[in-house]
Amino acid sequence: MNKTIVDYFAQFDEHQAFVAKASELMGFNAAPLITFIIFAAAAVIVLGALATVGGLGTYAERKISADIQMRQGPNRVGPFGILQFLADGVKMMMKEDIIPRHADKLTFNIAPLLCMLGVMATFAVLPFSSGFTMTDLDVGIFYLIGVSSLVGVGIFLGGYSSNSKWSMLGGMRGASQIISYEVPVTLSILAIVILAGGLSFGAVVDAQGAWPHQWYLFHNPFTFIGFIVLFIGILAETNRAPFDLPEAESELVSGYHTEFTGMRFGFFALAEYMEVFVVCGVASALFLGGYNVPFGLGDGTFLIEKLNVPAIHAKGIGQLLQVGSFVSKTLALYYVVIWIRWTLPRLRVDHLMTLCWKYLTPIALFNLVGCAFWMYFFNGESIWHLLGQLGGSGGGH
Amino acid sequence: MSNTNLDVYMPIIILMALAVVLVVGALLVAKILRPSNPTTLKQTEYECGELPTGVAWSNFNVRFYVVSLIFIIFDVEGALMFPLATVFKKFNEIGAGSVVLITFLLFIGVLVEGIVYCWRKGDLDWVRSFHTPVKSTPKATGSAHE
Repeated sequence: MNKTIVDYFAQFDEHQAFVAKASELMGFNAAPLITFIIFAAAAVIVLGALATVGGLGTYAERKISADIQMRQGPNRVGPFGILQFLADGVKMMMKEDIIPRHADKLTFNIAPLLCMLGVMATFAVLPFSSGFTMTDLDVGIFYLIGVSSLVGVGIFLGGYSSNSKWSMLGGMRGASQIISYEVPVTLSILAIVILAGGLSFGAVVDAQGAWPHQWYLFHNPFTFIGFIVLFIGILAETNRAPFDLPEAESELVSGYHTEFTGMRFGFFALAEYMEVFVVCGVASALFLGGYNVPFGLGDGTFLIEKLNVPAIHAKGIGQLLQVGSFVSKTLALYYVVIWIRWTLPRLRVDHLMTLCWKYLTPIALFNLVGCAFWMYFFNGESIWHLLGQLGGSGGGH
Repeated sequence: MSNTNLDVYMPIIILMALAVVLVVGALLVAKILRPSNPTTLKQTEYECGELPTGVAWSNFNVRFYVVSLIFIIFDVEGALMFPLATVFKKFNEIGAGSVVLITFLLFIGVLVEGIVYCWRKGDLDWVRSFHTPVKSTPKATGSAHE
């Protein structure tokens, strides 16, 4: 059972030999230093990868919306315009940074930072694969729910500090929307926690299997509804259409980041796109089986036993397949998020609150009770398992 | 294993430090690259091209505060239910699941009571004045709803 990425490396003899050698060369116990280096390298890799995903998210958004609306989309910078996000980044760097005279300077400066902090701190527990989870905290899910709320604080402070009426309206709407939809999201995640019996992402993912009938999505009717509630909730929490009221262009200019220019605006946008990836990743880990790969390819047993591949290579290949499984599920959800944005019109603010408090929250509560009873009466077995038992006993008669 | 327990929290610190370095670093690089010639007009807040009147920090729709109050109740309840949900499976395996189930239902009962109370009071309606109950008695037009 890997707790951190360092534990994954520590299972190989090569790593132990390397640590011993390094300790010998440097004259002190090198294990903490190597631990730090591995963590820092993993952090840089994850940040680089997800910043690219966030950047490509803006490109994908424009390209997919162009497809849906029968337009061309960006097609000048690089092949098929794929370098558009780099050009946008350079443009934002070169833009003048304007701070309104009457703004609250301190909060104006820390608002984008808070958004980035909230998103980046969630990377630590994202389960990319069984080995490449930076740290599989025992309170991983709880930690993620808590720390991603920092984004809401950042959005509210961004709106409040600008001292512009549009920003204020956007920030207020953003704050109330994010905190409201946290309730149904938390309740539907709780249902999964009941079934998995653990708060760490590793435990939840390992409790599922590689095939769709082993996923929590199809585990029982309550989790299926729970997934839909969670998905609607994460759309609202990341301020995506049809819940993009905080930055509704046609009514609020640009919402909470109206007064932000240049790189500060860039960080708000980057944080938003990375957060969409993170919440899609959470949804795929909790409901879609996460990094599971069929046929024992994930932990390398298939390759070791059938093809006699050395353990370190087999496990490496397994990890890559697991990352591929997780990322493809996440990106599929990402596509659906973008697709929804260009399909549905925006909600009105009172409809938004009605949907959250009068529909989603009671439904999520109902699901929670349903999952609790399911756990109690059926020991948390999936509906397919129970149907199989029924069929088996029926055939026996 | 050579790891102490606290090692598992190291990536969080590293990532948060990276976030600060990234944001501050990018802003510093941008400061060198970008032009900077602020004018009074440029630094005014955007208000559709007009000169802004007053400040934005004024009284705001009270609905937003009610929503955050309701949220706090639900969020604390949700946070308190996490430990229960975590141990449910283990208790179920040793045959003591009914204890957790009953506690759980108690918690959810409090939550349901909260949401029913808010609903009856009309706190979940965004526009509350439309929902003043119309009774046949003329007294209801007063402040009976409060």
